[in-house]
Amino acid sequence: MNDAQPYIALMGNPNSGKTAIFNLLTGLNQKVSNYPGITVEQRIGKAGLPNGMQTRIIDLPGTYSLTPESLDEKIVATQVLDWMQGKNKPAAIISVIDAENLSRNLYLTTQLLDLDIPIVLALNMMDRVKKRKQEIDFDNLKVMTGVSAVIPMSAKQHWGIEELKHSLITILEKSSKQHSHPFQVIIPEKIKTILTPIAEFFTEHLSYTPHLAQTQALRIITRKSAIELYESILTSSLMQQLMTLRDAAIEHIDSSAVNHRILEARLRYELIDKQLKSHQIEAVEDPKTASRSEKVDKWLTHKYWGPLIFIGLLYGIFQSIFTWASLPMDWIDAGIGLVGENINNAMSPGIFRDLIVEGVVAGVGAILIFLPQILILMFFMTLLEDSGYMARVAFMMDAFMNKIGLHGKSVLPLMSGFACAIPGIMATRTIDNWKERLITILILPLISCSARLPVYTLMIGAFIPQKTIAGIFNLQGLTMVFMYFLGTLTAIFIAAVISKFIDNKGKSSFVMELPPYRIPLAKSLFRQLFIRGKLFVINAGKIIMAISILLWLLASFPKLDNNVSVPIQDSYAGKIGQFIEPAIAPLGFDWKIGIGLITSFAAREVVVSTLATLYNVENEGDDVVGITQALQNDKDPISGLPRYTPLVALSIMVFYVYAAQCMATFAIVRNETNSWKWPIFMIVYMTALAYLGSLFVFQGGMALGFV
Amino acid sequence: MSEIALTEVAPGETVTVNAFNASLELQSRLVEMGILPGVKIRLIKSAPFRGPVELKIRGYYVSLRWNDASHILVTGK
Repeated sequence: MNDAQPYIALMGNPNSGKTAIFNLLTGLNQKVSNYPGITVEQRIGKAGLPNGMQTRIIDLPGTYSLTPESLDEKIVATQVLDWMQGKNKPAAIISVIDAENLSRNLYLTTQLLDLDIPIVLALNMMDRVKKRKQEIDFDNLKVMTGVSAVIPMSAKQHWGIEELKHSLITILEKSSKQHSHPFQVIIPEKIKTILTPIAEFFTEHLSYTPHLAQTQALRIITRKSAIELYESILTSSLMQQLMTLRDAAIEHIDSSAVNHRILEARLRYELIDKQLKSHQIEAVEDPKTASRSEKVDKWLTHKYWGPLIFIGLLYGIFQSIFTWASLPMDWIDAGIGLVGENINNAMSPGIFRDLIVEGVVAGVGAILIFLPQILILMFFMTLLEDSGYMARVAFMMDAFMNKIGLHGKSVLPLMSGFACAIPGIMATRTIDNWKERLITILILPLISCSARLPVYTLMIGAFIPQKTIAGIFNLQGLTMVFMYFLGTLTAIFIAAVISKFIDNKGKSSFVMELPPYRIPLAKSLFRQLFIRGKLFVINAGKIIMAISILLWLLASFPKLDNNVSVPIQDSYAGKIGQFIEPAIAPLGFDWKIGIGLITSFAAREVVVSTLATLYNVENEGDDVVGITQALQNDKDPISGLPRYTPLVALSIMVFYVYAAQCMATFAIVRNETNSWKWPIFMIVYMTALAYLGSLFVFQGGMALGFV
Repeated sequence: MSEIALTEVAPGETVTVNAFNASLELQSRLVEMGILPGVKIRLIKSAPFRGPVELKIRGYYVSLRWNDASHILVTGK
């Protein structure tokens, strides 16, 4: 980062609305959610101020305190430690505060005040405070804290942001204005004396100001994780010295019947609670009052109803993916057919036209059809998260998750896995315990992501009959739900197994805020869908088009002397497929599926476009061949029997439930676990599951007389 | 009032935090979140199968594991 350019740091408690403010300031569209701790890495954006100035804004992960507990909090603590050493200090900190929760949010602010950096208090969520007819005395709050400005605002209703920008201008123009510190923690003399050797150590070796030295001394005796941060900047002998000083101070403090582990917080909250009271800034809320969310939770987290409602919701979502999407899918299908037809009419016959129609239109079109389903899935996932419901699911599931070696907070990453494993793996950073986090990552790819949807849909649509079972269940929808359950149940089983083999480092706890329910903003919901949809289409446009073209070439060549194509099974692609066919024949797969398995390594959904391209090359006709009919009509040339049966379709689906096929996932697992060991483990166990699972289905089905 | 564990409190009751058992490692985090001696706390419910307990404190809702909550000592009104 460039030292010369001033920047602003955005800090605050989890779920205080930092990211929403970041978006308003920078015009960027970072995902905002109603789940604590969703910002897991720092983000940088540029904000234009009303006077024409530009400044960089850094959005740091939410944290309750500057002593780290989890990985995302460590990012903040390390950053702040840098500032203490005078490196990269921001020009100002916007301390974002959930105004509904003043005292707890001010805790972090009192810690930030020690840093001697100008602070703006952004009192977010004022709309809710007003709705509850509560009042906060802003002027008094400013006097009490000594911050540069107190800005009441509501990021949700978009007000207060201009005032916030103006307060930044004031700070940036009067650079490093000295301000008073009426709101600094008061350390009793007796404790101050005990801390003196540590404070002197800090002033001597790190040139801290006396106040910072004292408060840092207080912090490192309170929390071990606070002293461990210094390992990165102190030599090991100095570190040793600091440790010895700490041990001596702790012994001294404990002997005077003071609990050193809660000392910093005790002193700071004494200050906050006393000051809020004496300045009459807000009426203290009685914990007896029940919020509206609490009343809703009477049902949603009810002992018995809660889990039932959750399962019902999941079932409803996956059924609706299948039923709601069918109409728009038909439209897209028809549209693609039309495009292919028009190109066919407009271009003269030849290799190039074949490439466009059989390769590009057939391949890319086969994938675009699934856009509606993916959007519906994303819609529900975003809704569950943004409403605040996911935090409740974590609450209800923690006991169960714990039994299988996971954590209540594993639920959100696993649920995001239904959309895509990659954001899910990123979201595991909110899990403090390494073992629980690792297991969550390892089983995440077993959760059926949206890239499997096209595969399931194609196979179900082509081979599972449209039947109604027990009067209400649609057999096709039921098969779909079954695939999702298969992946999820296996994930649970695998988690329980591997948790027996991985050593636990550190304790596990579950401290989770249950945020108030919010009705998600339609705008942010649809923006999220738009971004997702765009990504999917771009992906189809790039990777899938490239693979489709390559595949078309491999499937169309070599040509015979008279420029006539060889039969597809003699083409390069056909040869490759036939080479691996013996290995996959026991699963019921032929060489065409074999090629699909290879191309699936780039991304799972590619198998659909691969089959589409292969059938279109084989057909050689002028129209784009519908892949569903092509699969249904494909006959074994020797026996004349259909090549694909419902049993083969099931076997293919089971294979795709389990198989390790997405390279991007392994890259991200490598990053998050810092070793190749875990992605390799993942590939091995998933491939074994896929092969054995399909083998079991196909051979078992044959033995039972299904064909 | 005598001191009892938070988990012995009936759902819906409001009590005052008194102390933590020394073995509760979590106490450093809890106090940072404002759950410290002298503060009022209401136990709302516990999740199924001895799952976490839900508490209201300082105007917000938080959940803790049953086992951790049993190390928080409270007194009644």
